[in-house]
Amino acid sequence: GLSGIAGRAVAQDALEPNTLEEITSYNNFYEFGTGKTDPAENAGAMVTDPWVVKVDGLVDNPGDYSLADLIDGMTIEDRIYRFRCVEAWSRVVPWQGFELADLLAKLGVQAGATHVAFETVVQPDNMPGVQRQVIDFPYVEGLRLDEAMHPLTIMATGLYGEPLPNQSGAPLRLVVPWKYGFKSIKSISRISLVDAQPATTWNLISAEEYGFYSNVNPTVDHPRWSQATERKIGGGLFAARQDTLMFNGYDDVASLYEGMDLSREY
Amino acid sequence: MAIASAINGAVRRVPAWPLYILGAAYVGWEFWSALTQQGAYAVEPINVLERQYGEAALLLLIAGLAVTPLRVWTGVNLIKFRRAIGLLAFFLVLAHFLVFVLLDVQSLSRVVTEVVKRPYVTVGFAAFVLLIPLALTSNNRAIRKLGPVRWRHLHKLVYPAAVLGALHYVWLVKGWPREPFIYMAVVIALLTLRLKWSQIRTLFVRRSRPADAS
Repeated sequence: GLSGIAGRAVAQDALEPNTLEEITSYNNFYEFGTGKTDPAENAGAMVTDPWVVKVDGLVDNPGDYSLADLIDGMTIEDRIYRFRCVEAWSRVVPWQGFELADLLAKLGVQAGATHVAFETVVQPDNMPGVQRQVIDFPYVEGLRLDEAMHPLTIMATGLYGEPLPNQSGAPLRLVVPWKYGFKSIKSISRISLVDAQPATTWNLISAEEYGFYSNVNPTVDHPRWSQATERKIGGGLFAARQDTLMFNGYDDVASLYEGMDLSREY
Repeated sequence: MAIASAINGAVRRVPAWPLYILGAAYVGWEFWSALTQQGAYAVEPINVLERQYGEAALLLLIAGLAVTPLRVWTGVNLIKFRRAIGLLAFFLVLAHFLVFVLLDVQSLSRVVTEVVKRPYVTVGFAAFVLLIPLALTSNNRAIRKLGPVRWRHLHKLVYPAAVLGALHYVWLVKGWPREPFIYMAVVIALLTLRLKWSQIRTLFVRRSRPADAS
């Protein structure tokens, strides 16, 4: 294609972010509809202030936190990450956020906790996809504790220096850059420390297509499409496909999965 | 049926050929919008164009399947447009396929892999293949050569093609969006309507004979 050279995989330290429009007008956020432009069109109705996050399970400091109380003491920093959707498209996003590990330290993880479970807010009156029940809500996701504690795992609060737009998961979302995008749950209203692998939405819908781990892996195809390549959005009508990288290029995390057969635990 | 005959009278004066121009203009306009990344094409033009052509093809297949039930149930006769509708459906499927091959997958070997390995691609490709002989025989010479009976039998291939096309869409999506299921429901309804009509007619004919005899 015309942009074949620009479409090649870029080095980690030379990531070129997509534009704000490219990041905020092509999204999956089924609470607002299944079309890619539905979130941009409908998410404005979501109420994000006040915002309460319920923290429960095996933590020293459970409770209903206001957003301000929850992120109090956290260090907000810039993280430019690749984002790889399970649908074989990708982009590069300049997030602002803090390490989930810092939040977990503040909340006080108790011995016996092995996983973190998250829930997306449900506001039926403001969410046409919830009214139509396009999937079961609330949307739920989870991580193994060591994945949650990894320094690459962040809770994002901003994008391009501004508070997160609603369609991008305002006011608080998870970002796990080495996993398919659906793991990075949006608009979080509940965080639970638990002692077993939690249920996750897409795994409940179709377990053979969406595993709990869902690490980006070019060698394990989705049953309905190849994961070997991806298209970085924003490249126009002749954008070339680029090779998908193991762990989306974040090789540091490989040690988390030592001894696991990632073709079986996908 | 006054409305139906009024419509039929009006339709008699409308030629079918402008449909080809409209169809070509539609394909060109969507391609231009994708190329210049306008509106819905702003961010991911390839996938959007692929889906747009695919949905238009399904709509045209449905329109073509609706012609006969419409005539049977309402008396409105749009048969003169059906060849154009069917051919346009084929060209939209072809455009959809070309976007898939040239812009989306971008490699012939990967296309072969996709067709063989992915059931939703397989059924979509099968629908495309089924439509090829129909497009090739959508002319008066072919009708004469085949004879009307054989031609009609051949063109019943549009039934499985429409079902496979709708299945292709249903199979592709995640979750429960409405559109693919609506397309599938309409295709099945239009095919069922045909089945019902012929059955009803058979019943009617059987029952009316003794009545006539008495």
